[in-house]
Amino acid sequence: MIVADRKKVSEIRDMIKAHRRVLLVGCGTCVTVCLAGGEREVGILGSALRMALRLDGHGDATVDECTIERQCEDAFIDVLAQRAPEYDAICSLGCGAGVQALAERFPKMPVYPGLNTQFMGILESQGVWTEKCAGCGNCRLGEFVGVCPITRCAKRMLNGPCGGSQEGKCEVNPDLPCAWQLIYERAGNLGVLDRLEAIVPPHDWSTGLDGGPRKVVREDQCIAGLGPKA
Amino acid sequence: MDHEPLILAFCCHYCAYAAADLAGSMRLQYPGNVRVLRLPCTGKLEVNYILAAFERGVDGVIVAGCLEGGCHFLEGNLRARRRVQRARQLLAEIGLEPERLEMFNLSSAEGTRFAEIVTTMVQRIKRLGTSPLRPGAVGSRQMAVGGRWHVVDGMWWPHIPPTTYLNPKP
Repeated sequence: MIVADRKKVSEIRDMIKAHRRVLLVGCGTCVTVCLAGGEREVGILGSALRMALRLDGHGDATVDECTIERQCEDAFIDVLAQRAPEYDAICSLGCGAGVQALAERFPKMPVYPGLNTQFMGILESQGVWTEKCAGCGNCRLGEFVGVCPITRCAKRMLNGPCGGSQEGKCEVNPDLPCAWQLIYERAGNLGVLDRLEAIVPPHDWSTGLDGGPRKVVREDQCIAGLGPKA
Repeated sequence: MDHEPLILAFCCHYCAYAAADLAGSMRLQYPGNVRVLRLPCTGKLEVNYILAAFERGVDGVIVAGCLEGGCHFLEGNLRARRRVQRARQLLAEIGLEPERLEMFNLSSAEGTRFAEIVTTMVQRIKRLGTSPLRPGAVGSRQMAVGGRWHVVDGMWWPHIPPTTYLNPKP
């Protein structure tokens, strides 16, 4: 899932304080699960922002709250279409994709981010999320026995480990496990240590963000001339 | 202090609420600035309950749960302590003094301690002064709230629509 965390109340307050009527929009998908932008967090932030605005001399500002099922899909934004014109601005508690989807849907309305989108990751333990995937567009987890060195090695080394791997930890941060140590141990457990003798050729970064914003098209699923934006 | 402070106490049914009851039975004297709100356990407490209280203009909030290790639901009071800590961080971000919120642990036999807790908090809140969010508090801007909030018994009450979870219509 996409993991995010909330911006400081003061930062959001400063973004929205020029507007008199602001709608906070939560998202019921990834950011609900990572406890950053779901219905509960929208309620907490709404309350906090109203107080912060009052203390900053903007007591006449209105901050209302709502949460939609999914911000990154235009069909789910339909339910906001009637309500949105009542407001001067939207503050989205979705990920960066959600913020941009709202901005595309409401071209004349300022849309502000309430979250800092962090990464694609997993729930490691209650309240702790860790990054696992960089979305490089060319998955090679099969070669690396299910541990991604592109995401989890600070140097993105494909032929590791480097000299900074000490007692299974990365030199960047002693709390960070060395991805190559994990690959080595797992390859040993799977009995495929000989794979690590092969030199891995350079990665094709053109499939990642370095090749510009990406697009996935499934022509068999496309319906020409239909959809909200058609 | 321009007003008598108003303090909301979220009290666990199994300890602090019983202790408050005992304080009454013992005819103990403590300031009448506190309003007790009973919870089945402090684990029921959510961060937005605390924020909603401050938003309406209370000057301070007490969260009173069982002694650590003595929760009727095993660890509700430990969860409440973490939520109170988070709410204090949020209060600081908002610009209110985090000291306006405090969690205490006590048993149902401690009527005297309940009276002490209330007395301590009232003294602390008097030192901090009226909440700047209290209607008419000195230092707060006069709020032209556009009819969205109104004052009842010296507190703000919202006209905002309840948080709605919108689902797309089929």
